[in-house]
Amino acid sequence: MSARITDDQLDALFNPRGVLIAGASTHPGKFGFVSLHNLLASGYQGKVFATNRDGAEVLGIRSVADVADLPDGEIDLVFVCTPASYNPELLRAVAAKGVKAAFLTSAGYGEAGEEGRKAQDELIALAESLGVLIAGPNGQGVVSTPAQLCAQIVAPYPPAGAIGVASQSGNFVSSFMNWSAQTGVGISRAVSAGNAAMVTVPDYLGWYAGDDATRVGLAYLEGITDGRAVYERFRSITPDMPLVVVKGGATAGGAKAAASHTGSLAADDKVFDGAMRQAGVNRAATVEEAFEAAATFATQPLPQGNRVVIMTTAGGWGVVTADAIHNSSLELLDLPDDLRDAIDEHLPPRWSRNNPVDLAGGETRDTVPTVMRLIAEHPDVDAVIYLGLGIQHNQGRMMERGAFYPDHGLERIVAYHERQDRRFAEAAAEISEATGKPILCATELATADPLNSGPMAIRESGRLCYGSGNRAVTALDHLWRYVSWRNRHLDGTVEP
Amino acid sequence: MTTLSEAASKAHLATHGVPFLPEHIVADADAAAAAAEELGYPVVAKLNGAAIAHKTERGLVRLGLGDADSVRRAADELLAAARPEDGEVSVLVAPMVRSNREFICGVATDEQFGPTVLLGVGGILAEAIADVSLRLAPITRADAADMIDDLATQALFGEFRGEAAVDRDGLIAVLMGLSAAVTADESIVSIDLNPVLIHHGAPVAVDALVEVAS
Repeated sequence: MSARITDDQLDALFNPRGVLIAGASTHPGKFGFVSLHNLLASGYQGKVFATNRDGAEVLGIRSVADVADLPDGEIDLVFVCTPASYNPELLRAVAAKGVKAAFLTSAGYGEAGEEGRKAQDELIALAESLGVLIAGPNGQGVVSTPAQLCAQIVAPYPPAGAIGVASQSGNFVSSFMNWSAQTGVGISRAVSAGNAAMVTVPDYLGWYAGDDATRVGLAYLEGITDGRAVYERFRSITPDMPLVVVKGGATAGGAKAAASHTGSLAADDKVFDGAMRQAGVNRAATVEEAFEAAATFATQPLPQGNRVVIMTTAGGWGVVTADAIHNSSLELLDLPDDLRDAIDEHLPPRWSRNNPVDLAGGETRDTVPTVMRLIAEHPDVDAVIYLGLGIQHNQGRMMERGAFYPDHGLERIVAYHERQDRRFAEAAAEISEATGKPILCATELATADPLNSGPMAIRESGRLCYGSGNRAVTALDHLWRYVSWRNRHLDGTVEP
Repeated sequence: MTTLSEAASKAHLATHGVPFLPEHIVADADAAAAAAEELGYPVVAKLNGAAIAHKTERGLVRLGLGDADSVRRAADELLAAARPEDGEVSVLVAPMVRSNREFICGVATDEQFGPTVLLGVGGILAEAIADVSLRLAPITRADAADMIDDLATQALFGEFRGEAAVDRDGLIAVLMGLSAAVTADESIVSIDLNPVLIHHGAPVAVDALVEVAS
């Protein structure tokens, strides 16, 4: 944490007792309206205040023209939609009211040439002298689900969960929150750092590491200007909290030593990559991969080893997923004899009798949960990937829409199929919790038909339904690489 | 930027635990032959001097010298090839190591991240393959072990074309030594150990170049 930022100030940003929207507007297209709308619409329970040049009423909030007319000591956070030129005056006035943190959406600062940079430096110096934290400027907002806070100039407000997002690009905060809304895997805190004039992405992540609501940090970085400091900060966070990072653009600089072969091999991305590995950070190649890795850290137990069993209802999915495991840090476990014998009791002889465990269509009513439990409970197994969820209800959904429904026994079989896939998804979550081992369910129905009872039940369990076996492997590989880093660098202390 | 001679580079790095082969710095052909007798044949002879950075390109490396006469001849030729700008020169005589595997180890200073330690697959294709791993100095033993595991070409660390598997602890010692050297002396801008050969399983740096801020 930078010396000039305190935990107290970040508490005020993420858990404010009262929020002031400065520059509230009556025009529904303006940021000063949208931010007040989003704050009220997300169900924020603290006191809400607004300023407006004319003291107009906006969305039922009676605004004031002069900050002096607001109560003392009831507002922790000011959300600033006013022009840069007005902000020094505003900052002095709200500091006098006891405000500890300000989120500035205002543009015209560091991103706007020499004059903007000067205005930004002056604003930060003023804020420091007043003891007010400045988030942004030129940022899109802050979200904090434990406080039901959505102080943002854009949508959405995501479901509550354990992922803490900090981003150098506001767009990717929106992307991560949209995926959160789509998948149901929730977010604890999310903030766009904007120009990061006072508070940087690593600063936010450092606060998340001590935040009970957050289990994993998810960050988008670009344009790093002090790589060594970023490394040091991340290295201090990862023992307490996994960090998933995706980076855009090249870092400034790169190695300069022209005389050496080493220098020519030390391309800047290789240096960044090495620094992240050294710090125990999980670097993701894409923002999608980053979200799914973070969602997995947030919702699955950490594996104690890398031996995976694939359980599949059909051959091809298992084969391709096994290929993905071969290209990862994970290991496809050779099925132990006692486990093979135990599964034999529940399947006809045509099942694969090895890993992947291909049920080969031999399932009866309880086969999937029973075999899944046998696999997960075996001491040699560290994680399970289950493929084929939803195919029964997929047929049920087609029957339901067809011309023959509900006659010919279709009503009954459709209900059975729906129940079965729901049971399988619930079993995956229940067995995972009971064994403390990750169980990842993968099917393209997660997006192809989110109303299928399988993906729906996974969503209700709070977990992620992976779009393919490959994506489940990639996510699980992130978990294992984090655990391996802990094992090698932190004397083997792995918290479940 | 200035560079240390190969001999001075090796001497400096050896104090930080980087292992090198025994070698001799001599002034003339007779001394070179005597050194070769002591080391045993075959040997290599190289022109050594603080200002000489690209020996191979200038033809200042003689490999596989099998007897005293060829050592004398090589030493004479090398000394004759010295240019005035090379400054004070000598001849370095070292045992000839044969290896099917080449690695590169080194230190490079990054504007953003400061001094870094590098391990990579070496040889003439090194830059095209770019199979390298870096860490920020100083590194721990665990970091050095991670660097070895990071390389995509893991087959090079096992038994290879009749040669023994790479001694991982030896390679870790090289990387730790580089880290110690750059951590102890902030004026070091870069270090090249290129190539690092695998001799009976042990990594051996047969060339070294330390570059310091002037």
